[in-house]
Amino acid sequence: MSTLSPVSPDPAAESESVPDAGPEIPLQRHRPFSRANLAQTIAGGYLPLVLATLVVFLPLLWMVLSSLKQPGEIITMDLKILPESLNLENYNIAMTTVPFTQFFVNSLIVTSVGATIKVLLAILTAYALVFVRFPYKNAIFVLILVALMVPPQVSILPNYILIAGMGGKNTLWGIILPGLGTAFGTFLLRQHFMTLPASILESAEIDGAGHWRRLWRIVVPVSGPSIATVALVVVVSEWNDYIWPLIITDRPETMTLPVGLTLLQNSEGNGSGWGILMAGAVLVIFPILLVFAALQRYIVAGLTQGSVTG
Amino acid sequence: MTRQLTDRPRAAVETKPTATPRRRWSPRARRDFFVFLALALPNLLLIAVFTYLPLFNNIYYSTLDWTLGSASATVVGLDNYVTFFTSTDATKVLGTTAVFTLITVGGSMLLGLLVAIALNSKIRGTTFARSAVFAPYVLSGVGVGLVWLFIFDPGYGVLAWLLRGIGQQSPQWINDPQLSLVMVIIVYVWKNLGYCAVVYLAGLQSLPQDVMEAASLDGANGLRRFLSMSLPLLSPTTFFLLITTMLSSLQAFDLIRIMTPLGNGTSTLIYEAYLQAFGAFNRAGYSAAISVVLFAILLIITLLQLRFVERKVHYS
Repeated sequence: MSTLSPVSPDPAAESESVPDAGPEIPLQRHRPFSRANLAQTIAGGYLPLVLATLVVFLPLLWMVLSSLKQPGEIITMDLKILPESLNLENYNIAMTTVPFTQFFVNSLIVTSVGATIKVLLAILTAYALVFVRFPYKNAIFVLILVALMVPPQVSILPNYILIAGMGGKNTLWGIILPGLGTAFGTFLLRQHFMTLPASILESAEIDGAGHWRRLWRIVVPVSGPSIATVALVVVVSEWNDYIWPLIITDRPETMTLPVGLTLLQNSEGNGSGWGILMAGAVLVIFPILLVFAALQRYIVAGLTQGSVTG
Repeated sequence: MTRQLTDRPRAAVETKPTATPRRRWSPRARRDFFVFLALALPNLLLIAVFTYLPLFNNIYYSTLDWTLGSASATVVGLDNYVTFFTSTDATKVLGTTAVFTLITVGGSMLLGLLVAIALNSKIRGTTFARSAVFAPYVLSGVGVGLVWLFIFDPGYGVLAWLLRGIGQQSPQWINDPQLSLVMVIIVYVWKNLGYCAVVYLAGLQSLPQDVMEAASLDGANGLRRFLSMSLPLLSPTTFFLLITTMLSSLQAFDLIRIMTPLGNGTSTLIYEAYLQAFGAFNRAGYSAAISVVLFAILLIITLLQLRFVERKVHYS
């Protein structure tokens, strides 16, 4: 620890965090709550943090506030920060101008079905790659690694032609199917399964447990956090997915929320519709923001995977 | 029983497949063969059909003069590529892609590093601030794009109001091609810098504390320690971020689509490929050619990454 550092930016906080290390003696000259120390802590530590947090939150706060404002409060030269009343009229208009409830249901179906299948496929493939004997496992793993690096964006035209040819245009399965194969989930779970001690599986094998039992009774129960990480990352990306649903649907009945929001943008045009558009944005952004707030540990871990260098 | 035990090498340890297919397979090995296929084949097939097949199809489509939706197409060889590279499109699109990628990568990495340094102090509230800063990265690009479009609105946006406060007129963010690119870049950096911050923070926290302490005992001040110790020690993190953010910037779509639907000044390679196929012209072959160019660029970056990772840029 850098308690010895002469330029430690926050002696106050540090002496707080180690209360019984007898900090009074060396810190006598800079008492923890002296004005100089507090000022230094605020300027060096809190100010940048508060600033960074505000830069993130103010636009989102502005979205929520604006979604409650009437057109008259938005189309005005002097800015009104708070809405005059808690009026949900914009949400009402957003939901009736375009079938928002339908979009919401579609997004829920696409996300839950897509994510469930993807997580299942990832578990099965990763188990097979780690625990089942097969001659070309390394080659298969390399193919999965390469697939991880193939950008989905360059595949949209061929996949559109393929899915449209199969009659998948404007269908929910057409939205879900091309994304089902999962290289990311397989890779992440495989790396985790490799760290499981072989002995517990061997003893289960001696007890006569087959692969299916070993998978569901041993491997899955001890891999909760890794599976949660994969599941959450998949849920977030399915919910936010835009380019593919945008291309494969052009009828409101099968649009997902992000695509539906584009439809709303087209119909609400400029100026007077901002309040309604912000209401739509709230409906798209908030479900994921809530999931993130509750389970951010897993999501951050999953999305920054691979960054930790040894 | 004993047979099972001897038959099976330590399960989790990755071994080169010792049971070569030439050898006569035990019933157990044969069973494992089918178990493997049953478990892995659905996923592998999906990856083959929707990830690998499109790469080859794209190359094939790029040799066609083909209107999307029409039943006939003529093979034109490399004409689409020639058309692209000899037209003014190429310089414009490649230039826009380069500007967008370089500024978004540089901007989000630099700001991410600064935020990471702020987050790396031992004061209360850093956990909350870390999550807050990361949040935009997981939010819908469409929603975020709309929110910022409102903020940038030259008539009723917050920015226009602030500018009026200092006696300025709001620039035409949406109509001016150059300014619309600036606008999209700002929002993209806002959305992605949290990712760089969290990755850099992990890097900063894994720096060897004893070395840093020794340096400070030797009298190196904060800035000096940062420039000559932290920054070089962070080079593997920097390299990782450089590659990953470059790959995602080259594929940025959501914000561009929602903020500048016509691509006026913001047509990067990916957006141009989208507009050509799914915009007004339905030029599928031409769009495929642009996609292949994009894929080639992404491939080169990925290969560079593999090469450097093998050379081990890190200091451990």
